[in-house]
Amino acid sequence: MLKDSNRIFKNLYNDLGWDIDSSINRGDWSKTKDFILKGKDWIINEIKSSELRGRGGAGFPTGLKLSFAPKEVGSRPHYLVINADESEPGTCKDRDILRFEPQKLIEGCLIASYAVNAHTCYIYIRGEYFNEGQRLQEALNQAYAKNFIGKNACDSGWNLDIYIHYGAGAYICGEETALLESLEGKKGQPRLKPPFPALVGLYGCPTIVNNVETIAIVPTILMRGAKWFSSLGLPKNTGTKIFCISGNVNNPCNVEEEMGIPLKDLIEKHAGGVVGGWNNLQAVIPGGSSMPMLPKNICETITMDFDSLIKAKSGLGTAGIIVINKDQDIIKCMARLAKFYKHESCGQCTPCREGSGWMWRMLERMAEGESSYKDIDLLYDVTKQIEGHTICAFGEGSSWPVQGLLRHFRKEIEKRSHDEPLVKKKNNIPYLIDQHLLEKDSA
Amino acid sequence: MTIKKISKHQPETFEFNEENLILFQKEIKKYPETKKASAVISLLYLVQKQNNNWIPLIAIKYVAKLLSMSYMQVYEVVTFYSMFNLTPVGKYFIQVCTTTPCMIRDSKKIVDVCKKYISEKPDQISENKICSWTEVECLGSCVSAPMMQINSDYYEDLDEEKAEEIIKNILDDKLPPPGSARNRKNTSPENARTTLLEVKNA
Ligand SMILES: Cc1cc2nc3c(=O)[nH]c(=O)nc-3n(C[C@H](O)[C@H](O)[C@H](O)COP(=O)(O)O)c2cc1C
Ligand code: SF4
Ligand code: FES
Repeated sequence: MLKDSNRIFKNLYNDLGWDIDSSINRGDWSKTKDFILKGKDWIINEIKSSELRGRGGAGFPTGLKLSFAPKEVGSRPHYLVINADESEPGTCKDRDILRFEPQKLIEGCLIASYAVNAHTCYIYIRGEYFNEGQRLQEALNQAYAKNFIGKNACDSGWNLDIYIHYGAGAYICGEETALLESLEGKKGQPRLKPPFPALVGLYGCPTIVNNVETIAIVPTILMRGAKWFSSLGLPKNTGTKIFCISGNVNNPCNVEEEMGIPLKDLIEKHAGGVVGGWNNLQAVIPGGSSMPMLPKNICETITMDFDSLIKAKSGLGTAGIIVINKDQDIIKCMARLAKFYKHESCGQCTPCREGSGWMWRMLERMAEGESSYKDIDLLYDVTKQIEGHTICAFGEGSSWPVQGLLRHFRKEIEKRSHDEPLVKKKNNIPYLIDQHLLEKDSA
Repeated sequence: MTIKKISKHQPETFEFNEENLILFQKEIKKYPETKKASAVISLLYLVQKQNNNWIPLIAIKYVAKLLSMSYMQVYEVVTFYSMFNLTPVGKYFIQVCTTTPCMIRDSKKIVDVCKKYISEKPDQISENKICSWTEVECLGSCVSAPMMQINSDYYEDLDEEKAEEIIKNILDDKLPPPGSARNRKNTSPENARTTLLEVKNA
């Protein structure tokens, strides 16, 4: 288990106070000026060698992303945008950072803004997190009052303004280009890429978008050194991560642990075990709702890091772990997720808009035992027609979990399915007039 | 996508009160001078705050004018985002999360409590005109499931009884304190802390 001294978010549960003085006591803001005076290249190199990967879902190397911002500011200003949209079912970690460790995020914003040449930073918070936004605003006011941000922030010579921008209830606004559209005052519909935001982002200007947790980790990396960070976890999957463990566990919780920790340890040690015991485990969704589920036998040994989960045909995603035990109807659980995706599709791409509804309706039918064997392959076919044929990764996010269900629980669906009613009737009735009227009854 | 019902009863005029005019000026200062449209979401929130938590069509026109946007651009925004109400909701607006992590922990029972005490169907205002409820997608509080949001506050770690207690209070026009219904310390594992033990005892 990770030692407490190696935990970054010491106030994860708010034992110590979220206000700026308590944060300073915990070591925040103690060396910010020194870091900035060491220069952009030093900061970016340090993050690169720490091997930090983005905590927003895709796991993109953060140092590399920061280095994509143009070196010199041209005619257009640069922006840093923080993604605090946190809407992936199973995920509630950024909320705790906003509420209890806001200074870590604000300090990270200053360092990252400096590294990408930005004088303005927007923090995009989902609208439902109104209280968390108010808290963050207070924290920003405290940081302004101490001149940690604002003009000549931390006496470093860098000017930075940070603004909060609320969303208004749309999962898709977590996708970075949809988020930028929303920030510009439009519907949150993703943009075609390229061009990527690093060159053409907010208001057509170079923009770097990062997750809350990613940026809140940055000051600690600089403080304790890239070596310290990369000594934790596994190669290319370094550092610590906040895991959210929800569903059928005895003690659902958020916990910061080392990357690469066995899933079983997280569930058994931190979350008090599966309700009904480990043998009552049915499946786990390891990385927020968009990541395919893992059946019990894989959960026995899998470790929680980007690369092992990809090997197991799933992903670390946001590290939102949803535990499903044998008391649950697994098909119904997935049907409800499919309904979520149907509700949240932005509607731009036909395969996503129509396909998400198809998947939902088919899964509901399967759960109710109203589907035929043929429907199972048809459902798989629908997921394949969505995947890879859409503007944004929502398409994968909605179809992969269904593929995961088909991969691991096909037998369960087959048990509830039956032959095509039409086929049976064809054999029995020579005249097929008004056959469709018979269909429903015989189904 | 969400389906939006537009109220049949529409007021004829809408203007910001003085307080909101000041907030409007403050909001547009966050963005570059030529990018005032960025403030559209925050202005729509101000409209909702001033107008009993819903947005009349005339206010869409008003906001469009303030931000030099077209009516349709603002209308698109209002209809795209789920948090904008185009028809009146209760003074206490209850949103029950029923997405899978909450569903697994019996959010259906919370919905049943709403049906029993507030209205049989969602989005109908209670008999005493004080509250309404609806089902929503994941509110980002999954480790405290099941949960619901009342206006801007989260009520977490619920069960049938706790939900009943809260909703009865609401119907009496009293807002109980938000947070964990079991007084759990935020998102820590309940009664079984495994980490940050020194910090806890410090
Ligand atoms: C449908 C969809 C929803 C997303 N939602 C979020 C989100 O809520 N929060 C987040 O940080 N990233 C989200 N992302 C990922 C972002 O697009 C982006 O990759 C991320 O913010 C980059 O930050 P990082 O490099 O620090 O991880 C989402 C992506 C997709 C496709
Ligand atoms: S994949 Fe879905 S959510 Fe993404 S742009 Fe297309 S329609 Fe919108
Ligand atoms: S599923 Fe209910 S809060 Fe996330």
